[in-house]
Parts: sequence; structure tokens; C-alpha cells
Amino acid sequence: MANQAFDVVVVGTGPGGYVAAIRCAQLGFSVAAVEDDRPGGVCLNWGCIPTKALLRNAEIVDIFHRAEEFGITVGEWRADYAQAIQRSRRVADRMAKGVEFLFRKNKITLVAGVASLKSKSVVEVKGKGGVEILEARRAIILATGSEPKSLPGVTIDETQVISSNGAVRSEARPASLIVIGAGAVGMEFADVYRAYGVEVTVLEALPRVLPVEDEEAGALIARLFTRRGVTVRTGVKVVKVTPGKGSVAVEIDAEGKRETLTAAQVLMAVGRAARTKGVGLEALGVAMDRGLVTVSPTMETSVKGIFAVGDMTGRQMLAHKAMAEGVVAAEAIAGRSPRPVDYGNVPSCTYCRPQVASIGLSEAAAKAVGREVSVGRFPFTANGKAVALGETEGFLKVVADKRTGEILGVHIVGPEATELIHEFAVGRTLEATLEEIIHTIHAHPTLSEASLEATLAALGQAIHI
Amino acid sequence: MITKVLMPKLSEAMETGKVIKWLKKEGDAIKGGDVIAEIETDKANVEIEAFGGGVLRKIVISEGGQVPVGELIGVIADAADDIGAVTSAAPPPPASAPAPAAAPLPAMESYRSVPETSAVVPMAAVSPSAAPAGGRVKASPLARKVAAQSGVDLRLIQGTGPGGRIVRRDVESAAVSPRPAAAAGASPAAPARPQFVIPPRTDAEFEDRPLSSMRAIIAKLMPLSKGPVPHFYVTSEVSMDRAWALRAELNALEGQPKVSVTDMIVKACASALLKNPGVNAQLQGQSIRIFHRAHIGLAIALDEGLITAVLRDCDAKPLGQIAVEARDVAERARGGKLRAQELSGATFSISNLGMYDVEEFSAIINPPEGAILAVGSVLEKHVVEDGQLRVGRRMKMTISCDHRVMDGAMGARFLQDVKRLLEEPLRLLV
Repeated sequence: MANQAFDVVVVGTGPGGYVAAIRCAQLGFSVAAVEDDRPGGVCLNWGCIPTKALLRNAEIVDIFHRAEEFGITVGEWRADYAQAIQRSRRVADRMAKGVEFLFRKNKITLVAGVASLKSKSVVEVKGKGGVEILEARRAIILATGSEPKSLPGVTIDETQVISSNGAVRSEARPASLIVIGAGAVGMEFADVYRAYGVEVTVLEALPRVLPVEDEEAGALIARLFTRRGVTVRTGVKVVKVTPGKGSVAVEIDAEGKRETLTAAQVLMAVGRAARTKGVGLEALGVAMDRGLVTVSPTMETSVKGIFAVGDMTGRQMLAHKAMAEGVVAAEAIAGRSPRPVDYGNVPSCTYCRPQVASIGLSEAAAKAVGREVSVGRFPFTANGKAVALGETEGFLKVVADKRTGEILGVHIVGPEATELIHEFAVGRTLEATLEEIIHTIHAHPTLSEASLEATLAALGQAIHI
Repeated sequence: MITKVLMPKLSEAMETGKVIKWLKKEGDAIKGGDVIAEIETDKANVEIEAFGGGVLRKIVISEGGQVPVGELIGVIADAADDIGAVTSAAPPPPASAPAPAAAPLPAMESYRSVPETSAVVPMAAVSPSAAPAGGRVKASPLARKVAAQSGVDLRLIQGTGPGGRIVRRDVESAAVSPRPAAAAGASPAAPARPQFVIPPRTDAEFEDRPLSSMRAIIAKLMPLSKGPVPHFYVTSEVSMDRAWALRAELNALEGQPKVSVTDMIVKACASALLKNPGVNAQLQGQSIRIFHRAHIGLAIALDEGLITAVLRDCDAKPLGQIAVEARDVAERARGGKLRAQELSGATFSISNLGMYDVEEFSAIINPPEGAILAVGSVLEKHVVEDGQLRVGRRMKMTISCDHRVMDGAMGARFLQDVKRLLEEPLRLLV
């Protein structure tokens, strides 16, 4: 049993934890980081990164299908799903090794095992080699993340009823799949499986897919997925999920009508739940609210010296939001006065094809808070670069305050939407208005011209439409 | 680079301006943004900034000289530049030959516009207070727009964004909470009774004083009002008992700006104008322009005449902020430091002679505005209420209205609303 002291002990090495650990080390602290899985957390190992690798495969498969459109004749070709998963694992491994490298570079001690808090400054780690006690002289940063949620009464067995954790590992591809939940995770997997020929049905309880996105974005994605052969059913409640021999039965309630659907597999994509159990939070009296840790703007919990970042604190469960929080926590511990995370300015990205990205308020939300808005839209069919790429599906929509030109929200469906959104992220951080965007020369031909044109459209001055 | 310093056009009515003082000498190095001279316009004394940098090579119009708007008054250039062409083409006033490169908007050349508030007047007048020396105000584009719309002066705000940058929340909080520094300033509380001395008889039988440019413009403008604008007048008496008590209560609050009777009248008028837009109106050729903002002109008496300073968006500002801004413009008006955008754009004016023990009077409309309210003193009077005689505070006010724009009943209804607001003064706080 070893007993070691560090300035800061970080629990969890996902994007929130590893960024907090590195920033702490940069600020001159000695740092230990505890991990019960592989460094990098869900994001690098089971979430963001491996799914992006799979989506790239799906995109290439689709391009092969469209080869003729580009005048390319392809002989016999085969897309092997197992190899797509293997490539995705290699990508994830490489990124996770990147975190280990960064820890070494910043002289952060990686401690393998399951952590629990023994006091507000002592962390016990149960690892393979026994128990280690880590003492935190300055602070503890909790970043234990989240795990896939299920529906009441439905057990995720990772064989017939799988979560994203199982889906990124499984080299077998079912003949048919029911995806429960049409959020970002559900739509991304629906995209991948469909590209590999799986019969996919997406079920969503809310009236539209990608419910957090602007209504127009969800409507367009539903239409495009349907065109691709995905069955999209919104406004349906899942009543019961019954795994049977070789197939799973899903009983649904569609506007009062009961129906039973069957598929070889069910993917649960109904959201994620914070991992806060077994860490010892209750005993220390760390304040919680509906399963989430309550934190101050500098990410400190109700117990002085214990900080929490990332999914376990709720709000947007996104890696980039967790990283931003990790930096705030580290700087607060160092006695700096970090700018708190601006939760109203976190980009939201879905990497299905076409991609969906947004920042700020949807048109409906802006109106709901009483803003008088002017809206500008620009379709990618009118964007030269998009036409040249053969990726013309989608639009860019700018929602602005009519009086001041404040950029209230931007919603993009289309090629590289998740890259395009950052022009507006920077703009909003700097409190730029529509005028600053239109006075910025956008290179031609680029997809970014759509940003300029939609902004012009909000002022009634679009040139290319 | 040669920068011509031209007489700026600081208001619609301004035709000529007088150089009061050069703050830089020929040969002085100038940075863009330096205050180089003081100009007397028809309305106020204004400091002007250099737009370009270099050396003040030549003062064309010396102190006391008066020239038409747009005339060359000085030249800023690099030491090596040949400025002969510029200066020779612009002989001392009156100029006959136009400067060779005279721009269509001459004032634009030497004076940058006040970036955050006004696209109206191409000049920069410098406030004596918080402007960072020579530097531009660091503010986000959105903060600038919100400030312009809510009439907040960015130079008086402390930014809380990165590097002290003014961001939207700073402007928004400034728009609702009065500036503490200004609030702490001297408040002209009930002045001590002035000395009463009759000056001794002089030898001269009379003297001729030249018209100050302010007096000249008043002399020119007032007949343009009273002559062509058919005035009518409506007078009303207001019970000021409750307003008086509320004011005393407000002024007893620590850390709050001191509120004057005028401030309460401004707020009451602003609210009543929104309710009676027909009074907040002016004749525009073939149409009547109805304003949906109450930009209130406050007549401020100066030694050499009077000036109307404009408080913008009084309908949207709380009483405390109006109090702070009214005091601020009054002080700066007396120091000749009003900014150009504070001199025009009123939709309605108020003239309060209450401090001179005036029971009532009527004012002349300040065109193109459609009406002006003349306010007398708050006087203790015997009043009869419910058959009982008691002492109450009463104030008379008279509105002068442009009969081309509105009629007697409109003016009367407006006055009734102002009266009600002052008699139920808590309404001024909600």
C-alpha cells in the first residue's frame, strides 16, 4: 500500500480530466490522474473519436456508390464492416496513446484503478496491484464522466440490446437494427449502419429527430435519412423491449396505437447518465441535484477544494465543454480568475451526413425568449464549392436580433458543418454582429461563403440567391 | 501624409465656427486622437481631435478667427511634406478659391466620427472625463450598438471583458444603474440665497457688446419659430405634495443619485409622450413625424444665453439615470463641453424656470419640435380640499404647441397625463 502526495489529484482522464490535469501541470502543480479504464475516457476510446472513424468509412462507402456520378467506374468492391471497426480501434488506440504521451510530457502520474474519496483531500485507488492512497495538497478534480442510459425495465446486455459502448466494439453487423433515440449518437450510428447495408429504424419520442437542434435542421435530416432508406419514426414511445431468439421485439405506442417492431439488434441511444455513484460523494456531503454534481462558476463543488468537471456536472454532455471546464477548474485552483464557461456559446455538432452543427439559440428559442429576430438562410445548392464537391444538401441559417444585429444562433446542415460553425463561435465570443461578418472577406470558392451569404440574407442583402 | 484640419460642421444650423484656442503650437508633434483646438460653434464650445498624425505644420486660422464650416484652419503633416499647395490654396478667410482637393464632406477629413454613438455628426468631441487618453474605447461591436441605442456613453463605462473590453453586459448594467462617480458629484441642492447687490453706476451711458455666436443663433432662430409656427398654450396646475415627499425620500437613500423636480418632470413627460404620441411630433413638409422615443431637450441657462441639451430615450431610462445624466449635461453645458450629438435630436423640450421664483410662463417652441413645456416654481399655497383649507405645494406648467401639428385637446390630454404622473409619483418609478 503506497501513500503518495500530489498538489492535485484528478479522478478520470476523459477530456475534462486529462485537460484539467495538463493545465494543472502547466501551472506548476504536481499532478496524479486516476483512471479505471484507458486514458482518454469515453471520448477517445468509445465515443467521439472511434465513431468519427466509422463515419469516415461510411462516407467512403457512399462515395463508392456514387462513383459513376464522378465518371469513375469501379470494378468489384467490398466494404468489410469488421475492418471498419478494426480501423476505428486503431484510431482510438492512437489517440489514447496520445494522452499517455501528454501525461509523460507534463510529468503527470497516471494511476490505474478505481478511485473513491476518503476525505476532502484523500483519494483511495483500488488497482490490480492493491490499494494506493493519494493525498491531494491543493485540490481534487473529479471528472468521472457518464455512461449510456437505458429505458426503465430495459437491460443493456451489449449483445442484443447494445449501447454505443457495444456498437463501437462489435465487428458483427446485424441484419436489422432499431435505434431508440434520434439524438446525435442515434443518428450517427444509424448513418454508419445504413451505409453498411443494415435495415435501420430510428425511433424518437419527441416530434422530430435531433430534438435539440433548430426545427429546420431536424426536418431536413429526417427527410434525407428517409431518402437513404432509414425508417424514421418520431413521436413514438417505446413501451417494452423484449430480447428473444435471434431478434428483439420492440413494442411502441404511436399516437395511441400499439405496434410491435422486430430487429436483430436494438441500439439504446436515449442519452447519458452522470457517473457519480461509488466515488464517495455522498459521505463527503457534495451537493447534488438530480444525479448531477452542483458546481460554482469556477467548477468547485459545495465542498471546498473538491472540483468537478465534465458530464458529471450536467449541462451539455460534450467533450469540448468538459475540456473548457477542466481549464477553468485548473486555473481557479491556481488562484487565477478564469472566465467561467459560457454555456450559451458551446457548439453542438452531429457528424452524420450531412453534418449538423449549431451554436446559440434556435429560431424558436430566440422568439420564445422574446427576441425580435431576423433570419437569413443560404442553401448549399447555391454555393460553388459545395456544388463542385457534389455535397449540396443542407443550408446555413443565421438567427439575429433585429435591432442590434446580435448573432443569436446559427444552424448548419451540410458539408463540414462542424468546421463552419466556428466562424460564428468566434464571432459570438467577440460579440460581433452581422455587420462584422459581412465586412469580413470570405475566400472564394469556399463552403464558408455560405456563412457570409446567410448573414447577408439576414440583412436582406444576399448576393448569390 | 498631409491632413487638413477643417472647421467641422457640428450641428445642422452651424454655418460658421470660431477658433477659440489652439491647444498645440506650430511645430508640435501630433498623434491621431490628440485634442488640438477648441472651437466655438453656434451652440457650444467643443474640443476637436486630430484625425491624422504628424506635426502641426501650420495654423491657418489663428485664435479668435471665424470661418465657414469646411474651411481649412490648420495643417498636420510629416515634417518633410511640402504643404505649400495646401496652404496657398486656402487663403485666410473669407476663402474664395476652394482648396484643390476639397472633399465633398470636408469635415470628414480631419475629424473622425464618434464611433460608438452617432453617425450624424462627423466629428469627435472629447468629454473631459473618462476617455482613455488618446486611445480608442475598447468595446465589442455589439456593446457599441446597444450603447448607441440606449444612449449610454461608452467612455464612462468600465469594461469587464478580456483586457477591460466593454462587452454587452457592461452597457446593459450601465443603462439601468446610474454611474456612482457621477452620482457622488456635487448636487445643486437648494442654493443659499444669493447676495443681492446693485452694481454701482458707471460712466458710460451704454455699451455695445458683440453678439456671441450663441446669442446670434438664438436671435436668428427664435423669430423663425414664433413667426411661422402658430403657437397655442395650455396651462395646468399640479399638486406636487406627493412628488415632493417622494423626492425627499429618494434623496435620503444612500448611494442613490439625487433627484430634482426637473428630473421627475422629464420622466413624467417621457411617459406621457409615449401615451400621447401626437404631442411627440413634428411637421415634416407634407407629413407629420410621430416619434416613438422621448428624446427630451432640457433648456439650460448659461451666462451668454441658453442651450438645449438632449437626454435620449428618457422613456426607457429609470428616473435615477435621468437624474445622473441631466446633472452631467448641465455641468458640461456650463463648461462648454457638450458633445455634438447632445445638441440636436430632441423630440420635445422642457424649460424649467422654477428656481427663479416664477409662477408660470410660456416658452417658444424650438423648431422642428412640436411642443415645449414651461415649468414654474413649486410654491406653497393655500388649497381647499374636501372643504378644508390647508397648505399644499403647487406647480404650474404651460405647454406651447405647434397648432399645425396638434390641437388644444391633444395638448390638454398630454398635460393631464403629466399632472397625473406627478400627482401619483410612484408611477415614475415603475
